[in-house]
Amino acid sequence: MKRLLLALVFAPSLAAAAEAGFPLDRSPSDPRDLVSLQSGARTFANYCEGCHGVQYLRYNRLEELGLNEGEIRDNLMFFADKVGETMKTVMPAKEAKTWFGVAPPDLSLVARSRGADWLYTYLRTFYRDSKTMTGWNNAVFPNVAMPHALWTLQGERALEVEEPKEGEGAGRPEYRWKELSKGTLTQVEYDALVRDLVNFLVYAGEPAATTRREIGIVALFVLGVVFIFAWLVKRNFWKDVK
Amino acid sequence: MASRLMALWNWFDARMPTAAEQWRIHAAEYYAPKNFNFWYFFGSLALLVLVIQIVSGIFLTMNYKPDAALAFGSVEYIMRDVPGGWIIRYIHSTGASAFFIVVYLHMFRGLLYGSYKQPRELVWIFGVVIYLSLMGEAFFGYLLPWGQMSYWGAQVIVNLFGTVPFIGPDLALWIRGDYVVSDATLNRFFALHVIALPLVLLGLVVVHLLALHDVGSNNPDGVDIKKVKDANGHPVDGIPFHPYYTVKDIMGAVVFLGVFCFVLFFVPEVGGYFLEYNNFIPADPLKTPPHIAPVWYFTPYYSILRAVPPLFNSQFPGVLAMGVAVLIFFFLPWLDRSPVKSIRYRGSLWKAALAIFVVVFLVLGYLGTEPTTVWGQFKDPWNILDTKDVATWVARLCSIVYFLFFFLMPWYTARDSVKPVPERVTA
Repeated sequence: MKRLLLALVFAPSLAAAAEAGFPLDRSPSDPRDLVSLQSGARTFANYCEGCHGVQYLRYNRLEELGLNEGEIRDNLMFFADKVGETMKTVMPAKEAKTWFGVAPPDLSLVARSRGADWLYTYLRTFYRDSKTMTGWNNAVFPNVAMPHALWTLQGERALEVEEPKEGEGAGRPEYRWKELSKGTLTQVEYDALVRDLVNFLVYAGEPAATTRREIGIVALFVLGVVFIFAWLVKRNFWKDVK
Repeated sequence: MASRLMALWNWFDARMPTAAEQWRIHAAEYYAPKNFNFWYFFGSLALLVLVIQIVSGIFLTMNYKPDAALAFGSVEYIMRDVPGGWIIRYIHSTGASAFFIVVYLHMFRGLLYGSYKQPRELVWIFGVVIYLSLMGEAFFGYLLPWGQMSYWGAQVIVNLFGTVPFIGPDLALWIRGDYVVSDATLNRFFALHVIALPLVLLGLVVVHLLALHDVGSNNPDGVDIKKVKDANGHPVDGIPFHPYYTVKDIMGAVVFLGVFCFVLFFVPEVGGYFLEYNNFIPADPLKTPPHIAPVWYFTPYYSILRAVPPLFNSQFPGVLAMGVAVLIFFFLPWLDRSPVKSIRYRGSLWKAALAIFVVVFLVLGYLGTEPTTVWGQFKDPWNILDTKDVATWVARLCSIVYFLFFFLMPWYTARDSVKPVPERVTA
């Protein structure tokens, strides 16, 4: 235990090593863009949900995104019978662990723990690597256990990394991408697809976020009005204090 | 209608005159100095946050499950499926940080105007006990969402007790109720968080206020308003707490709630400071996060803990330093030898010392949230230092200054030049 404590107190240097690395792109997600959210939900159901669940989100909640029950049932529900169920994956966690080394994590809160920018960059930086078990690697998450699930869309790429010259201080390595095979989408289309998918994951992380901001505006307005009265009352009482 | 209400009140008053008497003693005829400024809002705000936390906490317990297998999911259930649950949860998480902000500012007010000095030593001591209890309350509560930071933060802090010589390991085991933080730990922390410490806090707040009202409030001038009284025996510079300060504090509370709601509705995570990003990952006892940082309100002390190098392979010196850094506040009334209370009439020594202390406290707080490598490393050609991390050495320097602020206080406060204190409060 004592050793563990020492390790915890004195070894946070690992974090910095992980934080440096591939620069993140800004995710252009927009929580109010319902078309983008619907498209992201569709991509998720078709490409991700086979392995990853969003176990805290119920299918019928997606009605918030402008879908009706029939649309949800026909286009998004491949793994559940009732729309009130949560978006669990059918992949058994135990087997998945033997297949991939780690069970694919549930993605309910991945946008809250990783951040949208991380996801947006991560899903666009897979590359071919013969040294890994899956034949895929990732620039943001080196040696990730996950293969590139969207490769038919993006195509295959290779990555060359040129390390900065020794002793030159804080130079970043240079990244050069090389196309190996074309996907069914152009780069612009693929980026848009990932944007929508990330947008959906951000929504899944906190479905109430849009409502939250709307109520917030009302709350601040009401408090502003209450403040005027509170201030007038205070001023009136304090008139005679000299 | 009015006469019926009056009759009802008379009926009540005849049977329990204490109610009206207490109201008189603590509100209607409690004479507070008329010159309270901005800094005097934070006492009543602390009380407001306490109420907010208790009420939101009651509603959270209606759906929260203190079970290692269910806790994380039940918090998400509250955030998603319980109607209005996310508001309650964000109120409680924002309230936790707000409590410390308000309490830190309240304590700083004490430093500014010497509110801990004679005859208010007991008020201060009860206040420090409240602060300690609040730390416990926050620590126990932080485990409940059962995220990675909840889990590993608790693991680290409980292990601190494990470094105490001789009894340490048994003590840590006794606190956890298991060899690692586990379901047993979660259950007992839940009990302590929702029952034990709230009761203690409420009791202490009552004692803190009773002690205050016995000696009367200090003020930004640090003069005793009871010295000059009018024909009725009321302090000339005092005004009844009710209605003057009730209406003023309500105004302050509305402003506070504005800031509170801004955070709650627009930036509830506050960039990972109020809600840490890693805490959105369920607790995993097999996977230690690379960087464990406590929530911001503990980070000054966490910095001090990390800054002290281990001795004989034991982290106990750091733990001891951290403990002393908190407990030393108890001795403030006796460390400060200045003849005046308020910073307005103190000399440059005190002003400089206090300013440096504030800077050091903030720097330590910031460094505690970051890995020790945050500011890079410097060159050490002789290779004699245990670490070349700039941040660690800055934290060491700041820790020393932190303690010097207290240890040298008897010396510099006694030697400080002071200005004459006026007989009555200034406008």
